[in-house]
Amino acid sequence: MTGARVSVGFWTGFGVVLALLVVAPFVLPEFWSRFVTEILIWGLVAMSSDILIGYTGMVSFGHSAFFGLGMYGAAAALLSVKPANLWLALAYGLVAAAVVAAFVAFFSTRLRDIYFSITTLVFSQIFYVIIFTWTAVTGGENGLTFSRPALTVPGLFSMPFTPNTLHWFVLAVVAISYLVLRRITHSPFGMVLQSIRENEPRARAIGYAVERYKIVAVMLSGLFAGLAGVLYALQNRFAAPDFVFFVVSGEVVIFNVMGGVGTLVGPVVGAAFFLLLREGFSRFFTEYYLIWVGLIFIAMVIFMPQGLLGFMRRRLNQ
Amino acid sequence: MLGLEQILIQTINGIVTGMILALVASGLTLIFGIMDVVNFAHGELFMLGAYVGVTTIAATGSFWLALVVATVTIALLGAVIQITTLRPLLGRDPLTTILATFGLSLVLQNYALWQFGPVARKIPEPLSGHFKLFYLDYPWYRLVIALLSAAIIGALWLFLKYGKYGIWIRATTQDRVMAAAMGIPVPWVHTAVFAIGAGMAAASGVLFGPLVGVNHAMGLDWVLKAFIVVVVGGMGNLGGSIAAAIFVSLLEAYASLWVSPAQAVIVSFVVLILTLLFRPTGLFVPTPK
Repeated sequence: MTGARVSVGFWTGFGVVLALLVVAPFVLPEFWSRFVTEILIWGLVAMSSDILIGYTGMVSFGHSAFFGLGMYGAAAALLSVKPANLWLALAYGLVAAAVVAAFVAFFSTRLRDIYFSITTLVFSQIFYVIIFTWTAVTGGENGLTFSRPALTVPGLFSMPFTPNTLHWFVLAVVAISYLVLRRITHSPFGMVLQSIRENEPRARAIGYAVERYKIVAVMLSGLFAGLAGVLYALQNRFAAPDFVFFVVSGEVVIFNVMGGVGTLVGPVVGAAFFLLLREGFSRFFTEYYLIWVGLIFIAMVIFMPQGLLGFMRRRLNQ
Repeated sequence: MLGLEQILIQTINGIVTGMILALVASGLTLIFGIMDVVNFAHGELFMLGAYVGVTTIAATGSFWLALVVATVTIALLGAVIQITTLRPLLGRDPLTTILATFGLSLVLQNYALWQFGPVARKIPEPLSGHFKLFYLDYPWYRLVIALLSAAIIGALWLFLKYGKYGIWIRATTQDRVMAAAMGIPVPWVHTAVFAIGAGMAAASGVLFGPLVGVNHAMGLDWVLKAFIVVVVGGMGNLGGSIAAAIFVSLLEAYASLWVSPAQAVIVSFVVLILTLLFRPTGLFVPTPK
């Protein structure tokens, strides 16, 4: 397997998928094209969480906090600054997510395995309680609603978002994020993360400051989850505490497991699969579709360890 | 102005909730200590227990019968769950059990929503008497809950300490391979332990039912709290979990003198984070070298 051939194959595949997603709004009915936009956004969260689950071997149950803070950050910018500015919303959301991620990373990375998972879960619940009870600022249970800013490029043009331009904007952000994340996981930094996953004591013995790498990994992951939060806020024009609740984090882990961890693409596929499953079942079984989604998920955990932690890791290491 | 009475009342409240929490958490810690399973569905077993209680009371009118029926039913359900979902995962990464039980909690919660609807049900208090506690009429029932919880936990402790099967369970905790070599049917010990844990969760669900409404989402709060307690007390450490349950509940009760109960939860979060940072093996066990 030569590097050049792999790279040609990769870019062809990437180009084809990208092209399909670009034309999606022209081909699909409005409902489904909106659905694809949503898959892209959740795919970005899942991808960000893959940096931790798949590459560093830390299962985060707190991604809802980063996602939610991105949402509320964007909401803060859109509500407080007039006229509403897209890039300012992006900046606020990213800063909010980064600050929270730095805080969570500082404490949680001292712990390993289940303890890491539980700590991230508890941190996300702390932010949930704060957001839920601090009604004056966050709108409490009702959340915040706002209008969508215009798509502007300073000095060039400014136009209101249509569903199509929003789709392309989301697609552009997700595609660029994917390339950045892919570059990061292939970089020496990414290799160190994988060595931590494989054998932490040895990585430490070689002389890597494992804690520092883990902190950066969590922050990076949180940043991209926050970015997805901003996109979600733009798409739906509201921010709600439900998205900070730990069940959302659990769903993000489900995306990863269903799709296959440690591949970046897998989690996006997993997100698409999960959302389609939910959509399909919710038509047949109305409100109780989650029973079936849950059963399928359990079956996958038991019978498809390929999608699970072990198999993908082994294949990546061949 | 904060009176001594208020502090005393909150102390009693804290101990009462602490005992129920201890009952939930001791099942959770037993399951973790023996099976390395982090049971995300524990809160759902608690909730289903309460629902079975509601149904039995509606049919027979007897609270105490409901308590027994709920415990047995959910213990059987626990055994079935263990055999079908957790046994195949034996020996895999403990994280996969988190995933499987998370899936289970989705299934059970939505099953309850489907079966019983979104409207909260009420379990009537079996004892309606009150006694005078300063300026409050304090229900006897709350004290009964605390005592019953203590009795169940005490029975569990005696069983683990002196019962033949209890000794099997402890042997499996200490060394799974050696226990199997001595002829202990380890897979069935796991099933039994999960059933016991589930039954205890169900019992606490029925006991706690009269204090709050029974609804499909009631498990979420409890499983989080029970997790906190289990980690603060030291994973798999029964005595530590009980001490931590009372400690955390007391702190929350005192905190709710100043802030709303929803915000008081943050206190227990902070306790957990401090514990994890400074004594990751648990507050109530000596730090291993």
